[in-house]
Amino acid sequence: MNASFFLGKLTLAAIPYQNPIVMGAVVTACLLGLLLMVWITYQKHWAYLWGEWFTSVDHKRIGVMYIILAVVMMLRGFADAIMMRTHQALAEGMGQGFLPPEHYNQVFSAHGTIMIIFVAMPFFIGLMNYVVPLQIGARDVAYPFLNSVSFWLTAASALLVMVSLAVGDFSQAGWTGYPPFSEKEFSPTTGVDYWIWSLQLGGIGTLLTGINFFVTIVRLRAPGMTMMKIPVFTWTILVTTVLIMLSFPVLTATLALLTLDRYFDMHFFTNGMGGNQMMFTNLFWIWGHPEVYIVILPAFGIFSEVVSTFSNKRLFGYVSMVYATIAIAVLSFVVWLHHFFTMGAGADVNAFFGIATMIISIPTGVKMFNWLFTMFRGRIEFTTPMLWSLGFIVTFTVGGMTGVLLSVPGADYVLHNSEFLVAHFHNMLIPGALFGYFAGYSYWFPKMFGFQLDEKWGRRAFWAWLSGFYLAFMPLYALGFMGMPRRLEHYDNPVWQPYLIAALLGTALVALGIFCQGVQLFVSIRNRNALRDTTGDLWNSHSLEWSTTSPPPFYNFAKLPQVQALDAFAHMKEQGIPHRATAPFAPIHMPRNTGVGVAMGAFTFAFGFAMIWYIWWLAVVSLIALLVTVVMRANDENVDYTLSADEVARIESNGLPHSAHAPSTVGAPEGVAGEKHNRPAGTHDLATQGRE
Amino acid sequence: MKKIWLKLLPFLWLAQSGYACEGDCGNSRWAILDPKGPIAADEKTLILTAFGLMLIVVIPVIVMTFAFAWKYRASNQSATYTPKWDNSHLIEWIVWTIPAFIVLALGILVWRSTHDLTPEKPLVSTLKPITVEVVALNWKWLFIYPGQGIATVNQLMLPAGTPITFHITSDSVMNSFFIPRLGGQIYAMAGMQTELNLLADTPGTYQGLNTQMSGEGFSGMHFEVRAMTPQEFQGWVNSVKKGQLKLDGMHLKQLEVPSENVKPVYFSGVAPMLFESILQKYAPDTDPTPHHDAPHEHTAHATELKINRMTP
Ligand code: HEM
Ligand SMILES: [Cu+2]
Repeated sequence: MNASFFLGKLTLAAIPYQNPIVMGAVVTACLLGLLLMVWITYQKHWAYLWGEWFTSVDHKRIGVMYIILAVVMMLRGFADAIMMRTHQALAEGMGQGFLPPEHYNQVFSAHGTIMIIFVAMPFFIGLMNYVVPLQIGARDVAYPFLNSVSFWLTAASALLVMVSLAVGDFSQAGWTGYPPFSEKEFSPTTGVDYWIWSLQLGGIGTLLTGINFFVTIVRLRAPGMTMMKIPVFTWTILVTTVLIMLSFPVLTATLALLTLDRYFDMHFFTNGMGGNQMMFTNLFWIWGHPEVYIVILPAFGIFSEVVSTFSNKRLFGYVSMVYATIAIAVLSFVVWLHHFFTMGAGADVNAFFGIATMIISIPTGVKMFNWLFTMFRGRIEFTTPMLWSLGFIVTFTVGGMTGVLLSVPGADYVLHNSEFLVAHFHNMLIPGALFGYFAGYSYWFPKMFGFQLDEKWGRRAFWAWLSGFYLAFMPLYALGFMGMPRRLEHYDNPVWQPYLIAALLGTALVALGIFCQGVQLFVSIRNRNALRDTTGDLWNSHSLEWSTTSPPPFYNFAKLPQVQALDAFAHMKEQGIPHRATAPFAPIHMPRNTGVGVAMGAFTFAFGFAMIWYIWWLAVVSLIALLVTVVMRANDENVDYTLSADEVARIESNGLPHSAHAPSTVGAPEGVAGEKHNRPAGTHDLATQGRE
Repeated sequence: MKKIWLKLLPFLWLAQSGYACEGDCGNSRWAILDPKGPIAADEKTLILTAFGLMLIVVIPVIVMTFAFAWKYRASNQSATYTPKWDNSHLIEWIVWTIPAFIVLALGILVWRSTHDLTPEKPLVSTLKPITVEVVALNWKWLFIYPGQGIATVNQLMLPAGTPITFHITSDSVMNSFFIPRLGGQIYAMAGMQTELNLLADTPGTYQGLNTQMSGEGFSGMHFEVRAMTPQEFQGWVNSVKKGQLKLDGMHLKQLEVPSENVKPVYFSGVAPMLFESILQKYAPDTDPTPHHDAPHEHTAHATELKINRMTP
């Protein structure tokens, strides 16, 4: 490979212009993007977007941006799914489908990577960003600026995956990227490098978020909120952040070793020369298994909130829910080997990991029963969030059962790497992650925007998704029993084809569900006045996020709430304790918006792209730029301001604007009111809580 | 359309075992549930047993979901309503212990079955086992019969009723060697040797395949497994031995060149220690002791596994 100084390995040949499918996708994506930009320019929204959103350090704004990112990436991941389903429905015998193997392999690799890292992760991170500070009665997260950095790192790495469509290729090694296949010898193109760097940089963003929310929940809870008064959703997030902090460094290190192999001819995981591919497999799943709980636990938290709210009843067995969550998290670190019982570790090791895996089903089962007993003797309203939860309980139980089956090593020997496995993990992730996020989205949407989502279209979306899921994935269980392996680009077995056609029809139903969700959003925005909620507590819920207005003011709470009970807000309502602050107000200390996060995201993208294409000068320049930005930011004293008591009083009485007033650092007047606080570097973020 | 719906009820067929097949039934519909060997049969029973045990929890959960959702719907004002009721020690006890007992039962099942079905465990038989050395290549399978001194590509002939010990490695990326109707799979990894013991009860044609995605030719990387009577097998060996083609280093080089959908090839002879040399190529410091068919060998397989077969 001849590399030039300026462009590294990058040449015009990297653009797959001879491939009509890829080019079609690229052109469509570019056109849509262009259209959006033209519209924004025409509407003169750029200043607003930049000032109020991109540079925002408000956890609520960042949360919404995360969710938008997840939804956009979900459309991409789903487009991949449709391609695979269509292809497999056609590729029997003489039929060749429409994708050559090297393209099909990229599609499933991209689909898996995107769905887990750029859909599931940003979706729950978005929800937790929005909800957790509100739920614990805080004004923001512990490190608002870091939060913005995390988001832009994630967005930059998502962009890297998208760019791989147009420039070069993506990995063919599956979302797991097992060596030696992912080593240079077998995957010489930049595909695996795209996979490595998007996971690596996105992973760092996730780790920072994990730390941020851990500190937030540990340090910034409202006065009186002891550990056992923390709302369940926040509990699941707290445990999730611990999982993130413990597991993501493993991913970072593993990818770094693979990077050394690929870039410096080292031999950590190569065939021969002392390389050990089994080490990668172990390390990958030491991160990978906790990772699936990282995306599922938050959904469990959401279901707990939703089931309790719409059963109009307190959550059954709060304490046992908390301990079950912790138990699941601890156990999730001792089961990783169930992903490769077929590596030949021997009976003792396999049996140990099989049994450890089954033990996880105990606390998980407890959670199921606790949701059921929350419904028991309740008054259940079948709103959209509740429908997602009910669909989850039934469907996830089936997925859990097939999971336990796979954890029996003897059974796994015949079901491993089959369509049965594909059916199983979709059976966990679609109800266990996506349905939860959809429930959270419709549950908290009124909080975020002050109006409710259309229920009719919500119900339609639910039924289409649910029936689509069953039709798309139940046939795969059957195909597993027929011995059909996963990741198959072509097959010679007419018996399988009807099942794959059924799966395609199911996917079409899911597409209908996604369409309904789009219509729902559109219709709801159009009818927002009719759907408006002025109470701030649309669903008669129990936790603190509902005690403030919808949407909340940018400082969340004019006065920090005092927590006296679990279900703090329900307690306030019952006891007639006023939950809206009244004069006199105190000044509020707030972080200032900043474009530094965007800049860091941009430099990170440039760095990743440069590393992928061996453009060394750009890699060095962007890395230096990153470091300089960090140092400059650390020395910037003008990162916060104080909102005067008068201003707070004015906002509280004047119908609460939903737009942040925080001026951006760039060209901002010296603070809004009062003196800016000078604090030792590094502590100002925490101090924004105004709880000195 | 109707047909598809019918086919969507696969679980009705669970207990049924494919079509009746005489002779050639490689394409049985329910490969996993239509075992043709003791290992596969045990694995099928194991799946059904575990499935049954789990239904003890799964069915109540699903029934309760529907029942509670219906009974306690908001419009049913006659149902009991206890908004503050959030704890019951009795229920807590039940929901922790019942799943725990089922897991205990499953755990015992797992411990036993895993030790019974562990791939390196030799099968008990009065017949002398046959060793087959398996090499995963891009994208085809090489089978060396050290006892017979022959080799084949993409076709595996076996005497029915005779235990077969597979010694498996890869001359490329990670693969997974799997004959669904005979029993579970195991990875093939370069520089390492894994072992699998299988047996075909009856003569017939079955399919074998790789399940671990290995690149462009992965989808076509399957092979025919033909189980025949021991006499037929001996006849086949003799006829192969009459051929001209001998598998030596040069031929191996040719096989190492990636190719797809390769038709079966027979070799009437094999260079000595070829399998070991493939192992050593990636793991030069391994023990080159040959492990060809020897009656005593299968009792001592544990020491044989020292060839870089590390426990992860
Ligand atoms: C909603 C519709 C979805 C459809 C129709 C779908 C379809 C598929 C298909 C056809 C495959 C390839 C199966 C094979 O290897 O034979 C696949 C793989 C995969 N999917 Fe999905 N999927 C969907 C949603 C999701 C979601 C929500 C997630 C995760 C949160 C997900 C994660 C994965 C992963 C990790 C793989 C494995 C990729 C690999 O083999 O490396 N999928 N999916
Ligand atoms: Cu796992």
